[in-house]
Amino acid sequence: MANVFTRIGDWVNERAPGLAPTYRKHMTEYYAPKNFNLWYYFGSLALLVLVNQIVTGIFLTMNYKTSAAEAFSSVEYIMRDVEWGWLIRYMHSTGASLFFVVVFLHMFRGLMYGSYHKPRELVWLLGMLIFLVLMAEAFMGYVLPWGNMSFWGAKVIISLFGTVPFIGSTLQEWIMGDFLPADATLNRFFALHVIALPLVLLLLVVLHLAALHEVGSNNPDGVDVKHGPKGNRWDANKPADAIPFHPYYTVKDLFGVGFFLIIAAFIIFFAPTFGGWFLEHDNFIPANNLVTPTHIKPVWYFTPFYAILRMIPSFFGTAFWGVLAMFGAIALLFVLPWIDAGKVRSIRYRGAGYKWSLGLFAVSFIALGAVGAGVVAELIPEWFGNVDVTFWENAFGRVMTLIYFGYFVFLWCYTHLGWEKTKLVPERVTTHD
Amino acid sequence: MTKRYLSSIALALGLLVGATSALAAEEGGLPHAGTNVGDQASLQRGAKLFFNYCVGCHSLKYVRYSRLAEDLGLSEKDVMDNLNMTGAKFGEPVVSHMPEANAQQYFGKAPPDLSLEVRAKGADWVYGYLNSFYLDPSRPVGWNNAVFPNASMPNPLWELQGLQVAEKKPGEEAVEKLSLSQPGKLTPAEYQQATRDLTTFLEYAAEPAALQRQHYGIWVLLFLAGFTFLAYMLKKEFWKDVH
Repeated sequence: MANVFTRIGDWVNERAPGLAPTYRKHMTEYYAPKNFNLWYYFGSLALLVLVNQIVTGIFLTMNYKTSAAEAFSSVEYIMRDVEWGWLIRYMHSTGASLFFVVVFLHMFRGLMYGSYHKPRELVWLLGMLIFLVLMAEAFMGYVLPWGNMSFWGAKVIISLFGTVPFIGSTLQEWIMGDFLPADATLNRFFALHVIALPLVLLLLVVLHLAALHEVGSNNPDGVDVKHGPKGNRWDANKPADAIPFHPYYTVKDLFGVGFFLIIAAFIIFFAPTFGGWFLEHDNFIPANNLVTPTHIKPVWYFTPFYAILRMIPSFFGTAFWGVLAMFGAIALLFVLPWIDAGKVRSIRYRGAGYKWSLGLFAVSFIALGAVGAGVVAELIPEWFGNVDVTFWENAFGRVMTLIYFGYFVFLWCYTHLGWEKTKLVPERVTTHD
Repeated sequence: MTKRYLSSIALALGLLVGATSALAAEEGGLPHAGTNVGDQASLQRGAKLFFNYCVGCHSLKYVRYSRLAEDLGLSEKDVMDNLNMTGAKFGEPVVSHMPEANAQQYFGKAPPDLSLEVRAKGADWVYGYLNSFYLDPSRPVGWNNAVFPNASMPNPLWELQGLQVAEKKPGEEAVEKLSLSQPGKLTPAEYQQATRDLTTFLEYAAEPAALQRQHYGIWVLLFLAGFTFLAYMLKKEFWKDVH
C-alpha cells in the first residue's frame, strides 16, 4: 500500500515539481514564533468559518428561491421541509455572526501586538480589504431571506448612497434597479452574495496568507524572530525561537477549532436566534414596504459603524457627513500603519498612553455598538428614570465617537511627536503556549 | 503569565457579556410564558385549543398536518378526525377556511397567518396577549387588549377565561390593572395553563426544528467535548519538546 502512495507521489512530483516545495514553504517549513497565545487562534478560526459559509451556502442555494415573491417562503421551506435544512441554515446564520466575532478579535490582536507595523503593512491592508468585502457580503446575505428587517435594513443602507451630493438619488436607483428594494435588488444581491464577493474574498484570503508567509508571523512579544539567533532542531538556518507550522500549530489550532465548535454548536442547537441578535424577530415577518419595524437597526456587527453615522448631525442640509464619518471610521483603520509610528510593536513593551488609549478605543467600539443596537436608548430610562432619552443617547454616542476617532489622533501625536516612553524589548521571545 | 491569560480571556469575553447583558433589557413588562416545546402533552393540549378556537380565522400555512402528527405523537386518524376540520389532505398545510375578503370586512384587517407569530413577537408576548383581553365598548367588536392596544381581534377564549375589565387612571390610556368581572369555565390558574399550552403549540409551529435540534444538540456537544479533549492531548504530546 505504502508503495502505491510513493508511486503516486513520484508520479505527481515528476509532472509538478513545484507542488511539494509549496507545501513545505507554507506548512512544514513555515517557521512561526513559538510563543503564540490565545489571541492567535482567531485567524485559523476565521478560515474555518469561511469554509463553513461556502459549504453551507452551496446547500442553501439548492433550495432558496431568488424572487421577492418566493424568497421568504423558500427559507421557511428550508427550515421545515428540506432534510436537515434547519441545520444548514442555522450553521450559515450563526456562522455569519461568529465570522465577525472572530474577525473583530483577530483585528484587535493586530492592534495589541502591533502586527500592522513594518514589514507587515501589506498583510494588514489585505486584511482590511477582506474586512470591507466581508461587510458587503454579510449585508447582501442579510437581505436574501426577504424578511421585513431585510427590506428596511436594505432600504436604509442603500439610502446612505443617496446622500452623496449631486449623483445621490441616481446612484441609489442604480444600486437597487428600482425605486425601492425589490425583485431586481434581491436578484443582484443574490448574484453578488453567492458568486462575485465570495470569489474576491477567497482571492484576498490567499493574498493575505501569501503576504504573511513572505514576512513571517508577528508574536505577542513583537520580537523579530528572524533577526534573533539562528538554528533550531529542524534547520540550522531558521530562527531559534520558531517552530514549523505543521504539525505544531496545526494540532494547536485543532484544539482551538474543537473549543470554538463547542460554542458554535451550543448556539446552533440551543439558541439559534441568540435572543434576537443573530436572527432578528422582525425578520420572521415577510418584507412589507407599508409596515415599518418599530426600530430599524442593522445586525449587531454593523451597529458600531451605524452608531457613528447616527451620531453625526446634518450640516448645510445634508446628512452626507455622517456617511463620510462612518466610512472614515473604517478608512482610518486602513492607514493605521502610517498613523502609528511607534518604535515598539507589542503592547507589553509600549508606553502607558498606548495601553490606555487602546483600552478606551475598545470600550468606545463596544459602546457604539450598544448605541447602534438601541440598547443605550433602552437603558437610559431604566437607569436614570424620566430624562430626555434622545439628548442623553446623542451625548453618550458623540463622546464615544470622539473617543473612537480620538484614538487615531492621539496615536499619531503620541508616536510622531515622540511622547511615548517604551519599555525595553527582550532579545528573544519570552514564553510559549 | 496566567494573569495575562486571564485578562486576555476577560477582554475576549467582554464583547459577549456586553451583548448578553443587553439581552435582559429587551423584555419589557410582559408575563413569563414558561413554555416548554419538549412537553408533548402540553403541545397536544395546545393543538386541540388551536384547532377548536383559532383555525376558524388563522392559518398556519407553513405547517403540514402530516408533520404535526409526527411531531406531536398523534396518528393520521387522530389528526384527520379531530384536528383537520377543513377537509385538507394529510400532507397539506393548515389553511383557515375563512375567505380573506370576508375577514377584511368583519375585522377591518385580515387575521394574520400564525406560523411564525412566536418567532416574530416572542412567546411571552403571545402568552401576555392571550391573557390581556378586556371589554371595551368603544371598540368596534367590543374588545380591547392591554398588550396590543386597539387590536381588532375579539377574545375567542372568553368562554374559558370569562370577561375581564380594565382599570385605568382617569385621563390615561394605559391599562393599570385587569380584573375578572364574570368568571369563565376555567379558573384563572387553569386558563393560564391553557394559554401556556396554546403558546407552546404556536412556539412549536414557528420552529418545528426546535424538537430536533434540542434532541441532537446534546449528542453533538458530547462528541465535540470528546474531540476537543483528544485534540488537547494531541497538542500536549506534540508540544512536549518545545521549550
